[in-house]
Amino acid sequence: MTVLEQQSDLQQEFVQGDLGAFETLFRQHQSEVYRWVVRIVRDPGAAEDLTVETFWRVYRAHARFRPDGNFAAWTRRIATNAALDHLKMSRPETALVDDFPAEASPNPGVQRDLRERTARAFSRLPAKLKIAATLALIEEQPYTEIADALGISVGAVKLRVFRALRLLRKNLRQLGVEP
Amino acid sequence: MNKQEEDRIQSLLKQAMPPVSHELNRDLWPQMLRRLQQRSAAVPWFDWALLALLVLGLFVAPSSIPVLLYHL
Repeated sequence: MTVLEQQSDLQQEFVQGDLGAFETLFRQHQSEVYRWVVRIVRDPGAAEDLTVETFWRVYRAHARFRPDGNFAAWTRRIATNAALDHLKMSRPETALVDDFPAEASPNPGVQRDLRERTARAFSRLPAKLKIAATLALIEEQPYTEIADALGISVGAVKLRVFRALRLLRKNLRQLGVEP
Repeated sequence: MNKQEEDRIQSLLKQAMPPVSHELNRDLWPQMLRRLQQRSAAVPWFDWALLALLVLGLFVAPSSIPVLLYHL
């Protein structure tokens, strides 16, 4: 029996609700799911919980999965939705203050302050834009992968990244940072 | 927005976001198993709804109790 046939049988058993098959798939894919989620939420503890949450959703939906389907891609999309839900629930940081003075000299204190302001500006983005910006601009993932994971077109990903950049520029200006 | 601004914002973001390790350091299966056991022990809401319906039915029509007992 080839590896492909074994995988197909495993997925068939998973679709029928076999816990052993689910455990095997879990162990095969947990690291990959974790790596994807931690890129988005940037918190190892939350990423572990979200990995479990992802597989919980996967297990509940086992009957809807096609046995010949791409388990990794399906799981990644579910993981992305779980991470999106997490970002929506986590509260953004303190409200923006309009009258921060602009920065001029680059010294360590100023650099730290700049990083804090940038992080604050970023935290104010809506979750959907934040996820696109994180994956595209910080993690530099290919647009096609981001599109697959979010279940949208590449054009829609580019639009979200563009909107995120525009909003970030506005938020940064409000915080006294001139990009 | 021009390319220069985009690059500058991207650079600011990369500096602002602390790097995170992408490696999973432990097996999450025990945690997953606990989650599965917790959920399977929970009674689904529709079971409670059916029970409530049954109790209500018996309250409205007590004469149905012997019929119910006969069928049990």
